[in-house]
Amino acid sequence: MLEGFGAALLDPDAKVPDGVIRPDGHPAWRRFTVYRNNVVSSLIDALETGFPTVAKLVGTEFFAAMAGVFVRAHPPSNPLMFKYGAAFPDWIAGFRPASSLPYLPDVARLDLARREAFHAADAAPAAPTLLAEIAPEALDTARLRLLPSLRVVTSSFPILTIWRINHEGADLPLTQTAQSVLILRPEMTVTMWPLPTGADTFLMALSDGAPLAEAAEAAAMVHRDFDLSTTMQTLIPARAFAGVIDA
Amino acid sequence: MFDTLTNTIPNRPGVGFKAQHAAEVMARPAALGWVEIHAENYMGDGGPALAQLRALREVYPVSCHGVGLSIGGERPLDTDHLARLRKLVDWLEPALFSEHLAWSTHDSGFLNDLLPLPYTQAAVDRIVSHITQVQDVLGKQMLLENPSTYVAFAQSEMDEITFLREIATRSGCGLLLDVNNVFVSATNQDYDPVAYIDAFPLDHVGEIHLGGHEEDADEVGAPLLIDTHSRPVVPDVWQLYAHTIARGGPRPTLIEWDNDVPDWPVLEAELTRADQVLTHA
Amino acid sequence: MSNTVVKGLAIASAVTTAIAMTATVASAQATEKCYGVSLAGENDCAAGPGTTCAGTSKVDYQGNAWTLVPAGTCLSMEIPGDRMGSLEALERDLPA
Repeated sequence: MLEGFGAALLDPDAKVPDGVIRPDGHPAWRRFTVYRNNVVSSLIDALETGFPTVAKLVGTEFFAAMAGVFVRAHPPSNPLMFKYGAAFPDWIAGFRPASSLPYLPDVARLDLARREAFHAADAAPAAPTLLAEIAPEALDTARLRLLPSLRVVTSSFPILTIWRINHEGADLPLTQTAQSVLILRPEMTVTMWPLPTGADTFLMALSDGAPLAEAAEAAAMVHRDFDLSTTMQTLIPARAFAGVIDA
Repeated sequence: MFDTLTNTIPNRPGVGFKAQHAAEVMARPAALGWVEIHAENYMGDGGPALAQLRALREVYPVSCHGVGLSIGGERPLDTDHLARLRKLVDWLEPALFSEHLAWSTHDSGFLNDLLPLPYTQAAVDRIVSHITQVQDVLGKQMLLENPSTYVAFAQSEMDEITFLREIATRSGCGLLLDVNNVFVSATNQDYDPVAYIDAFPLDHVGEIHLGGHEEDADEVGAPLLIDTHSRPVVPDVWQLYAHTIARGGPRPTLIEWDNDVPDWPVLEAELTRADQVLTHA
Repeated sequence: MSNTVVKGLAIASAVTTAIAMTATVASAQATEKCYGVSLAGENDCAAGPGTTCAGTSKVDYQGNAWTLVPAGTCLSMEIPGDRMGSLEALERDLPA
């Protein structure tokens, strides 16, 4: 009985399920519509709150229509609205009406990463002296633990600049540069940092548990311009490290 | 472990907590006796939401109100979700836990709405079993809330009060009486809300909800009230609330405002009004 | 294999340099006490906008019914090089 009710909620062409009636006993078409609206619009609203930059870039009307298509195809798999939409960025990449904005999927990935960082486990960042306290001869094999909130989004587009223009009213020149963004939450505020070349590969290796020298080599193999010192000059003030593994 | 002073919900007004009111709520206004939170918003791993909830719990009795268990559903309860709930209840030690007489989980996923069900004997059996499971996992009694409904079911075999009373008696759960829901459902289903309150088993009621609704109409012009929690409590609902308190005695009373959330003073005025009804009971 | 990274002294000196360069910059942020942001859709137990058309309007983007175009802030962005308008302009400049 309820399965038919649920299916009819997501299908605008479905009839009112059997037995769903008004006080006068007739099929409750307009009343049933209230539930349809609640389901679809509450899920669209959840996506709009979760992807604020995407919503700003495309405008409310387009966003609601685009999210409406996604919502019907991919309703949430569990009741946690703050997690809903993890599949939205990849889905946007295949959504043809949005293809005129090729940076939109990566902007959605940035919105999602910020949200994940916001709800990630708490962990105190290591003291700024963490690295200085490791003996120089032990640095090669030192394995650094990253903050649980740490995320990286790398794009062919200037997504961090796009974000700052949209949310901080920043008057920034929009150049056609690729940007790699570090997202993390050292305390209670989500912060973002532009990453130098290869830092994304370096961080991925570290998060896989690679020792420092091995992670640096991995980054240098992929990115000729990778520079460990430059990378550390972002990661240290960003407070990306939670500590040393096996210290 | 929290102060034992905050381990029970007093017969006073409480508010559905919204992050934008954090400063005002943490200043402990006189009209506010406790707070209620939606369980599903605090199932993350960390961050500001949980930090805020810990801070709230230090100074207020907290009621935990679930919106995702789908207790009225035909499917078995989602044990992963039940485990998340258990984790929250274990550290939060809420004075109350409540859920809805509704369903939300379907083959296609979670539908994010409190959906209605036919009131049948089979549904009673199913819901009693679901509630027993919840109370076993949480190790505490839960309250079940009467819904706002927009449609009825030809398949129903009994009225809502008979349905709720049998569930409460058999499962040992308490009831959460949403007086606005009574008014909304009674208007939409064309019955007398005062008669509903008079027939309701008020001795099972552990908490009362009040909220605002909006007015619409169906295709034949019959009134259709929508439980939007976006407006002040209407005078008719205040009257019905006063009648309820006069008949059953004071109960912890929550002001719910979830959409178009106003500045704090507007909510505080609602709390003060509820406080007057409770004080003069 | 890259030859730009030499183990041992190279790692140590890169890290030492980074520490020296950031010593004056790195300072703990003030502990944030304001939690008044949610950053994500929240669960609640309220109904939405009644009988509006969100639940019944079906926009079939694969057919001709889809007529909407993005109309947000992107359209008012200014692209350096005297190109006004949408960031769409970036598309044609992408390296293949």
